[in-house]
Amino acid sequence: MKNRLISLFEKKSHKILSIFYTAGFPGKHDTIRIAKILEEAGADIIEIGIPFSDPVADGPTIQASNKVALDAGMTLPLLLEQVKEIRKQVKLPIVLMGYLNPVMQYGVERFIKDAKAAGADGLILPDLPVNEFQKFYQKSMEEVGLCMSFLISPTTSEERIRMIDSLSSGFVYAVSASSTTGTKGSFNPDQIAYFERLAALQMKNPHLIGFGIHDHSTFTQACQYAPGAIIGSAFIAMLEKSADLEKDIHTFVTSLKKEK
Amino acid sequence: MKYRVSDEGYYGNFGGAYIPEMLHPNVEELRERYLDIISTPSFQKSFHDLLKDFVGRPTPLFLAKRLSAQYGASIYLKREDLCHTGAHKVNNTIGQILVARALGKNKIIAETGAGQHGVATATVCALMGMDCIVYMGKHDMERQKPNVERMRILGAKVVPALSGSMTLKDATNEAMRHWINNPTDTHYIIGSVVGPHPYPDMVARFQSVISQEIKAQLTTEIGNPYPDYVIACVGGGSNAAGAFYHFIEEEQVTLIGAEAAGKGVDSGESAATTVLGKPGVLHGSKTLLMQTEDGQVIEPYSISAGLDYPGIGPMHAHLFETERAQFLSITDEEAMQAGIALSRLEGIIPAIETAHALAALDKISFDKDDVVVINLSGRGDKDLDTYIKWGKY
Repeated sequence: MKNRLISLFEKKSHKILSIFYTAGFPGKHDTIRIAKILEEAGADIIEIGIPFSDPVADGPTIQASNKVALDAGMTLPLLLEQVKEIRKQVKLPIVLMGYLNPVMQYGVERFIKDAKAAGADGLILPDLPVNEFQKFYQKSMEEVGLCMSFLISPTTSEERIRMIDSLSSGFVYAVSASSTTGTKGSFNPDQIAYFERLAALQMKNPHLIGFGIHDHSTFTQACQYAPGAIIGSAFIAMLEKSADLEKDIHTFVTSLKKEK
Repeated sequence: MKYRVSDEGYYGNFGGAYIPEMLHPNVEELRERYLDIISTPSFQKSFHDLLKDFVGRPTPLFLAKRLSAQYGASIYLKREDLCHTGAHKVNNTIGQILVARALGKNKIIAETGAGQHGVATATVCALMGMDCIVYMGKHDMERQKPNVERMRILGAKVVPALSGSMTLKDATNEAMRHWINNPTDTHYIIGSVVGPHPYPDMVARFQSVISQEIKAQLTTEIGNPYPDYVIACVGGGSNAAGAFYHFIEEEQVTLIGAEAAGKGVDSGESAATTVLGKPGVLHGSKTLLMQTEDGQVIEPYSISAGLDYPGIGPMHAHLFETERAQFLSITDEEAMQAGIALSRLEGIIPAIETAHALAALDKISFDKDDVVVINLSGRGDKDLDTYIKWGKY
């Protein structure tokens, strides 16, 4: 079967909405339910975070969700079981994102095979060095048909963006600012200039803008310069407060996608 | 040079630079330039002038006669406790602040556990007129109040790390987050031989002045630069890296690292990484790491706040794996007794970190003509509260 991320980008090139949430948050078994509701509500990609004790690239919201999930007993093997369950009911592409250490303890090769078998379509491992990926894992990922998205940031040189684009598949993850996750406010002129620069690069892969996308306005603005965008912290902050996940997730996704 | 870092930043299977892309430009800039910067004559002159006139180097190599008599060997103490600010940490912060200046950075961040590295960083920032922010776990700020105030007196801003267990590893996470958010004007002074390449190598080079001096001093003292043993405590491992550095390729010198066993390696409250750790990735490098089966980092414990780090520097992981160095586990109790013993025998109250190295003497059988060097990494003033609470003296 064709990789769902690849199929999605063939069909759709505008306003792609990718939602990130932490596995096992707010409840250990909510991972499955949230994926189902996201599909019904109209998200395009589901990104599930593998909880880690030391998430250095994340701001307070995602850090706290990691801690809640780990305290509840969330683990990587359990997440793979949950992905299997999700895959029985959900057709959207699933991307697993996490820090390298839990994946390394599971065994990177084993994880690649098991993630694919569970029904995942892509991986994001922000602290995996690109040369190590190229040397050790690129071949097995291609063989099983999993996409790998690497990050670029406003301080990444054009030469390096080209290299990262050539090693990525599915999409390139364009971090919107030199920041950890969960920044608020609107984009400044430097960020807009960076988005324009990226759009002009004509990368091999489509790119999704992430970090700092938190409402209709920032989502719409990011989508003016890129095929789509990723929302994480704002979604998790909503989950944290929600008394009715079904209703609140629908409201959240609808409010992002509404046309004015 | 089989124990030195490779061009790719590895010590055997350990090391590397496992960092998110947002940190790449800063770490890459440092990697590309650190060797050129530190090899220029003007850098070397500034570094050595400051070590001499500001830090007070060379530190003495003291023959501890009563301690020697007790163990039946010639035991020398490398007196890093006499460095300005009370420990070896300042050797590294002097070096790194000069690197920061050469890189055109005017703001400094650092992490600290017990506060020694934070104080050493705040000190050099005051000296150089640079802005200084030190991240410190909230829990550590409560435990180490005098050092928090020392940093503040020196003009540094001390920011509590409120995430995780609110200790050293969380302070390191927060410093890394700060660097991600402030990528252009800020240099991160890491305090130990940990972090992404080139930090472990750069910090080891700055601390290597310790073993350089030992060689010269032993030559004068006994006509031979090589001792039979070099013993140092290991948390992240910067003082051990400095004390081992010029002896690593000389296999006739036995290298011994003393790790904190806390309440015992099997007690669940320990920081003995070589016994309890497995290869993993934290704070930018692959090394031995205390962690669960699922790869979550385990919070270490030691009576000494300077040794409770869940990993060790990748260089030490390599020395352990290749058996070039031996690592001994020292419990809280053994360390405290050794600290008191040194106080009574030689008139030196050591830092509790350092007391772990002294306790290793009990676990080694020496020949009578053995020459032993213990790196006396820090003085005990900051630990008086812990000595008093322990109370058995």
